[in-house]
Amino acid sequence: MDRYGMQNQIACIRSLFDQGYLDEQFIQLEELQDDANPNFVQEIVTLFYTDSTRLIQNIELTLNSRPINFSKLDDYMHQFKGSSSSIGAKKVTSECAVFRQYCAAGNAEAYIKQEHAILRKKLEFYFQMMGQAAVAQTT
Amino acid sequence: MNSSSGKSYMSTASSSVLWKAGGDVVADQFPAGLRVLLVDDDPTCLMILEKMLKACQYNVTKCNRAETALSMLRENRNGFDIVISDVHMPDMDGFKLLEHIGLEMDLPVIMMSADDGKNVVMKGVTHGACDYLIKPVRIEALKNIWQHVVRKRKNEWKDFEQSGSVEEGDRQPKQSEDADYSSSANEGNWKSSKRRKDDEDENDERDDTSTLKKPRVVWSVELHQQFVAAVNQLGIEKAVPKKILELMNVPGLTRENVASHLQKYRLYLRRLCGVSQHPSNLNNSFMNPQDATFGPLDLQALAATGQLPAQSLATLQAAGLGRSTAKSGIPMPLIDQRNIFSFENPKLRFGEAQQQHVSNNKQTNLLHGIPTTMEPKQLAGLHHTAQSMGNMNMPVLSHGSQSSQNNPLLMQMAQPQARGQMLNDSTVGLAPRLLSPRGQSMLSNGMATNVSTRNGVPENIRAPSYNPVSQTSSMLNFPMNHTSELPGNSFPLVSTPGISSLAPKVAFQEDVNSEIKGSVGFMPSYDIFNDLNQHKPQNWELQNVGMMFNSSQHSNSLQGNLDHTQSILVQQGFLSGQNRNSTVISKAMFSAGDSTGHVNAQNSNQHLNSLLDNTVRVKSERVADTAPANLYPDHFGQEDLMSALLKQQDIIAPAENNDFDFDGYSIDNIPV
Repeated sequence: MDRYGMQNQIACIRSLFDQGYLDEQFIQLEELQDDANPNFVQEIVTLFYTDSTRLIQNIELTLNSRPINFSKLDDYMHQFKGSSSSIGAKKVTSECAVFRQYCAAGNAEAYIKQEHAILRKKLEFYFQMMGQAAVAQTT
Repeated sequence: MNSSSGKSYMSTASSSVLWKAGGDVVADQFPAGLRVLLVDDDPTCLMILEKMLKACQYNVTKCNRAETALSMLRENRNGFDIVISDVHMPDMDGFKLLEHIGLEMDLPVIMMSADDGKNVVMKGVTHGACDYLIKPVRIEALKNIWQHVVRKRKNEWKDFEQSGSVEEGDRQPKQSEDADYSSSANEGNWKSSKRRKDDEDENDERDDTSTLKKPRVVWSVELHQQFVAAVNQLGIEKAVPKKILELMNVPGLTRENVASHLQKYRLYLRRLCGVSQHPSNLNNSFMNPQDATFGPLDLQALAATGQLPAQSLATLQAAGLGRSTAKSGIPMPLIDQRNIFSFENPKLRFGEAQQQHVSNNKQTNLLHGIPTTMEPKQLAGLHHTAQSMGNMNMPVLSHGSQSSQNNPLLMQMAQPQARGQMLNDSTVGLAPRLLSPRGQSMLSNGMATNVSTRNGVPENIRAPSYNPVSQTSSMLNFPMNHTSELPGNSFPLVSTPGISSLAPKVAFQEDVNSEIKGSVGFMPSYDIFNDLNQHKPQNWELQNVGMMFNSSQHSNSLQGNLDHTQSILVQQGFLSGQNRNSTVISKAMFSAGDSTGHVNAQNSNQHLNSLLDNTVRVKSERVADTAPANLYPDHFGQEDLMSALLKQQDIIAPAENNDFDFDGYSIDNIPV
């Protein structure tokens, strides 16, 4: 890959790390990538994105239903936390944990919804970044 | 390895064979080529882990559903070396999968989850997981999973080598336990002796560890049931691999296979007891603090593991001696244990079943092992085939002999194996109960003790002593037909073990109508009938259990059904610990096993059926509920018995009715 591409890639990834979005788990994933699976990271990220989108949809549905099924919500968040931690999405993981605490406390829906909205926004931004990072890696 | 259908035993020729069998690299490259089965519903995790495992040079198979994983494992028992599973999965709980794998395939299982709560991790430990990983899983953690495979093999090997001397070794600890009832002391003794053994073995095996790979035995459902039957027959205390192996008589099965399976089985029982322990049920202060963990774990198991509290053991022993000291809560455990096994439902098998029993006032606890030993003493007069309990064919006791005693009950009970384990247990419990109403005292006491299920069983035991009927004697002299006094009848609880050749004959009193002519080798327990009167659904619980169990074993022949019901009944009897229960149980007994002849006593069958129906549904809840109710039919008397019988006859519709399709059973109505 040309020098410019590499630099770009490095910058991208670094920004994610600096901002605390990614942690060392992601590095592990990168290390898994090799010539045999050159697109591994990208595949994983894509997969994660798809899966988490589905999860978020479910979460929203649950949040919108009345009364809110907190245990279900908790399950979703647990799942989400698992996936995001597996790919090294540090921030998402921690947000999930916080979210779960709120669920456990059965706090006001409004608060949870708010948190969820924040989480979602972050995630979208995150995905963008990751997408960029993944793409950058493959170039 | 040659994987034949069903159990595949790998030749112990060499470990390399194992490695190669699956087309893996030779042993030299171990751990490369380790065959891992990965189960996780999260696709992201699944993919990442697969990649990581492949990077470790393992041979990975992934699936996202537990059911798929189980079926894969069952199809190809020797196709995997280790399983990694997530805890939270939509279709099946990870721990349940863990249990299944542990019992059926004896593979090391690693659990993983994003949840790192202490409770969850503890759960993993108690369910037998060999490791617990927290997500996100790092590749370094995966690099070392091969150690679990090696460790397991090493332990199996040790078991194998120990199995020869295990009997002596087991005996020693047990003896010491007996002598010294302080459980901790016992444990210490037992453990220390075991430790010594381990040390010795370790030296021997060190060289072989890395290349050692014993053939993996596939513990199919039938095999496991055979195993449980053998264990019940021997009694948990005496269940040593060698004897179990002999009893099982399965070609190709080695002692070490049995030994390692026995270990797991005991763990499982222990866990079940702890889980299913019903606070209310344990009226017996059976459980010592230390035993508390096990809950009403079957004494035998406890004893076997050396954890049996001295008291329990003492109690049991006392019981055996005819003392009604069966206070120790031991009885309950037995039931639980039995229930566990008797439940056909594999899922239920472990765990749920117990609950039911536990709830019942423990009365029904019957130590499997105990009866065998105790019975002779107690049933002295009865001449029970108690001893024969050990072997499935329980000699039919002359029902006449005990006119007012219920001896056979014990016998029945003692024959846990016959039924497929479950019934046996139940029957055992029943035994006490089955004591003839009149002669409740003695036998009941004795029985009770054996059964140790009930603390105050004596009262309960009213059931007619049933004599274990050898299969040959298909007389189901069910008390049902028995209009005349039942009490005297020895109801041989015929626990027709589906598995074993136990063919207890139902020896009914002569009074018993010819109907009972027992085709089934069951030992109908009069108590059942009696119980019927008082019978409460709880008994059914047992029945269900038994039925479940039996059903699995037997074909759908009616007999089988009856057996089941009988067993269930029997079980029920145990649970309720009362006469009623006993009858129920005895009924179950009948159904248990393969009754060769249909119970002549159509009535009995029907009765059983009805009972069975009630009991068929082995519902843990049921037991809990019913148990208390049924317990202690103090007023149980001959009249009751007779009426019960009569009623049963009415109730018992054609035996065929019973759709012993256990799933559909509901024990709600117990014809009384």
